[in-house]
Amino acid sequence: MLLAFCQWVEASVVGQFISGSTWAFPTIESIHVFFLVIVVGTVAIVDLRLLGVASRNRSVSRLSNDVLPVTWGAFVMALITGGLLFTSRATHYLANWEFCAKMVMLLLAGANMLLFHFLTYRDVERWDNDAITPVAARVAGALSLLFWIAVVVLGRWIGFTVQ
Amino acid sequence: MLAEIGKFSDWLSMTPISMTFQTVAWIIPAVQSVHILAIAIVMSSVIMVDLRLLGLMGHSQSISGLTRRFIPWVWWSLVVLLISGLILITAEPRRDLLNGVFQAKMALLIVAIVLTAVFQEMVRRNMEFWDLSPGRRRAAVATAIASLVVWSAIVGCGRWIAYVEHG
Repeated sequence: MLLAFCQWVEASVVGQFISGSTWAFPTIESIHVFFLVIVVGTVAIVDLRLLGVASRNRSVSRLSNDVLPVTWGAFVMALITGGLLFTSRATHYLANWEFCAKMVMLLLAGANMLLFHFLTYRDVERWDNDAITPVAARVAGALSLLFWIAVVVLGRWIGFTVQ
Repeated sequence: MLAEIGKFSDWLSMTPISMTFQTVAWIIPAVQSVHILAIAIVMSSVIMVDLRLLGLMGHSQSISGLTRRFIPWVWWSLVVLLISGLILITAEPRRDLLNGVFQAKMALLIVAIVLTAVFQEMVRRNMEFWDLSPGRRRAAVATAIASLVVWSAIVGCGRWIAYVEHG
């Protein structure tokens, strides 16, 4: 079913246009990289705060409220541009293990964020201003950094390995 | 000039270190990954300061506070970018040095570095500089827009290097 979907996407007007054009793929890819680095960098700002490495004199909730709207906006744009890139060679990406691993890492990053938000962050008032955050928050920060670094590395590897 | 750069590129690509980078398949993607992660730190740090200058974010914090917190990350990341960038040039000299997009990227990088250094120095000398008058607040907006445009163009050029014909 996944394969059928990929075949359909690849044969669609959008897929055909992007794979047939000389400028469309690099242009969309540049925009994708632009938003991706903003996602990863702003996520890292919050992660490093949770780990007690940076912005220690700034409350966690205030920092999150400043940074995360930028993260979400950039994430939506990265998702749209990434989806467009995918349409150009959908079946090839599906068959590429680096691509599949990147998607798994994205899901793990998302699951980690949800767990943090709905469990650890619920009582943020109790440790909002602490330089040293609870263990669960530090673990969430470390995992988040790890998953996002993996997303970037795997993403770069796709460019070298996709057939 | 171009002929000399071409000659230098050919010499560099024949050195043992360049040959190693060319033949060990994982080196280029690994170094590119490090390069992109360092760019992520630069872009997000710059955006934090620029959004504050534009009045879109972090009103609870002073411009000088944000500058002192984030701009040092830009300089340290630039060191990483320089080292990883030099490795990438050594691996494929002609692809970069004889590439118009790469040359444009380096010119833009100089603009970005000067812009960031001048901005940082102004904040250091006078912490309230940007809040003093409406004229300076307008200058803050102009600085932020220039910074965002130049850094975005650098990222765009970086990706386009791979797609243009080079000498």
